[in-house]
Amino acid sequence: MVRATAAVVPRQPTPPQRPGNLPTPPPSNPGDLPRWQRPGPLRTTMRYLILWALAAFFLMPVYVLIVTSFKNPADVSVTRIWELPTSLSFDNFGAVLPKLSSGFRNSLALSIPASLISALLGCANGFVLSKFRFPLSNVVFPLILFGIFVPYQAVIIPVSQTMTAVGLRGSGDATGGLLGLMLIHIIYGLPITTLIFRNHFVSMPDALLESARLDGAGVLRTWVDLAVPLSKPAFAVAVIWQFTSSWNDFMFGAMMTSRDSWPVTIALNNVAGGQSVPFGQAMAGALLVSLPTLAIYVLLGRFFMRGLLAGTLQEH
Amino acid sequence: MTVDQQDSASHVARHSSEPARPGFAPPRRKPRKQRGPRWLPGLVLVSPSLILIGVFVYGFLGWNVRVSFTNWRGLSPKYHFVGFDNYAALLRDERFRADVRNLIVFTVVFVAGAMLLGFFMAMLLDRGVRGEGFLRGVYLFPMAISFIATAIVWRWLLDNGEGQDTAGINKLLADVGLGFLRSDWHKSDSIWAISAVALPAGWALSGYVMALFLAGMRGVNETLRESARMDGASETQIFWHVVRPALRPVTFSALLIMVHISLKTFDLLYALDQGNLRIDTPSLYMWFTTFDGGFYDRGATIATVLLLGVAFVVGPYVWYSLRTERR
Repeated sequence: MVRATAAVVPRQPTPPQRPGNLPTPPPSNPGDLPRWQRPGPLRTTMRYLILWALAAFFLMPVYVLIVTSFKNPADVSVTRIWELPTSLSFDNFGAVLPKLSSGFRNSLALSIPASLISALLGCANGFVLSKFRFPLSNVVFPLILFGIFVPYQAVIIPVSQTMTAVGLRGSGDATGGLLGLMLIHIIYGLPITTLIFRNHFVSMPDALLESARLDGAGVLRTWVDLAVPLSKPAFAVAVIWQFTSSWNDFMFGAMMTSRDSWPVTIALNNVAGGQSVPFGQAMAGALLVSLPTLAIYVLLGRFFMRGLLAGTLQEH
Repeated sequence: MTVDQQDSASHVARHSSEPARPGFAPPRRKPRKQRGPRWLPGLVLVSPSLILIGVFVYGFLGWNVRVSFTNWRGLSPKYHFVGFDNYAALLRDERFRADVRNLIVFTVVFVAGAMLLGFFMAMLLDRGVRGEGFLRGVYLFPMAISFIATAIVWRWLLDNGEGQDTAGINKLLADVGLGFLRSDWHKSDSIWAISAVALPAGWALSGYVMALFLAGMRGVNETLRESARMDGASETQIFWHVVRPALRPVTFSALLIMVHISLKTFDLLYALDQGNLRIDTPSLYMWFTTFDGGFYDRGATIATVLLLGVAFVVGPYVWYSLRTERR
């Protein structure tokens, strides 16, 4: 969804934490506080009430999605959006899946290579930028960083012209624009993956590099044998981040692909966007399309978090 | 400034000037003989990416700016130079002026809302609550969902049917006796209509702000808090005098990240209610005028203005972060 969020400064190498990734809550025990400073039972209750009310707000659209998707299509009505289904039915999914299946295939074919290649290139960049100084290297890094934030509207006309000229756009291409779209995701993903790996390698001790050098390893060998194996967590962060943004991309996909090659977001928007499509199918479609990224979030949430928190400024 | 960074700063000089001292275990192989400067192979390794970024980001930005100075309309490119005509025309363009107004309203409401809500959630979670992991996950998962899917759910939640047709959030409000809060949301006839979009946008992104603030709060040194406590400071005083100043950098980055996301918002508005001019913004106008209308000149001009806006917000951020890092 939002590609351009992570940012700039390496976080201090933090001590190994529990896998949840946000630092553990401070160990202060309310019982240690003087009596007048302990949170009273009323305040504690209020706090939990607010927290769970907020959780209800965030889950509200999910409730609507799930409840509506599993309703019998005959029971689906916008005015009864909050009511539970009277019977369980998979008809909405059955109706919408054929309309989205090629989108799923296209998005998978697109997002997996795009995220892997972008992460690999980002790994090389991050390694070199954090460990070597070459002429103008302190100009190059800010320029790469700014690349994260560039609004894609400001490059899309040249991209469309170039892709048309080389025959990679839309129906002019055998893959219907998918190959070109993949290239676009790889290239515009480079700034963020570079940043993720740079932040990772900054905390790698230079002594390791030095010993590799004394063993006669060149830069390339050091990268392949030492840096790549040591950066598995950063790979997870970069690949997940890139996969999510390619999967959720809309603008480049809409510009690049012809009908048969639509990524899943565009297919979804065309299936569920109009008023003519039954509301139940729209909900079932939105649920299906969100499942892969949601699954990643649930299973690998800690890496997802780390991608987000690549954006925190240094703690002083 | 960490030791690591100082090390890497003096890295090259130190190693090249220090001969291997006798008496140390000899290296298994002789260090490779240096051909050319030490950074050269590194540069070779990154050069494909640098070239790609150079061309596809900066080259294309320049190309786009160039298009904004031409009168290219229609499918085949025309590069006849017309100076600032497109910019002047844009200033007079009613739709563009309305778009800028919409974007300002949206940015103010959405960013203020997401920052306040995110900060509030972080504050409630900070001291540790039961079920924290679950709550955090619930606040954050919308980040993983595409804006298209988000918009498709919310277009029904923000339905503006009346009477018999009352649906979505309005229906929920009516059911709990708050029917007077009913709204036409983004379809209402007011310049504030677009602020309704802050609901789905805030739903999607407040959790992110929460995560940034929570990491910031937890980053505050516990011994600092403890010593303030020993000195008899109340928790409120500690928050105000110890935690708050430490959160300044996080607040700054969260704010700029949110503003720049807000300026770029496209898919959400596109899929929420396509063609509704009350929620039209420059990024949508650019898309439609270019790819539906063929007004490449105007599209490129809007895109350039958008780029300037983002650069104005993000530039200081990049500069500030690098400066902080060097210190």
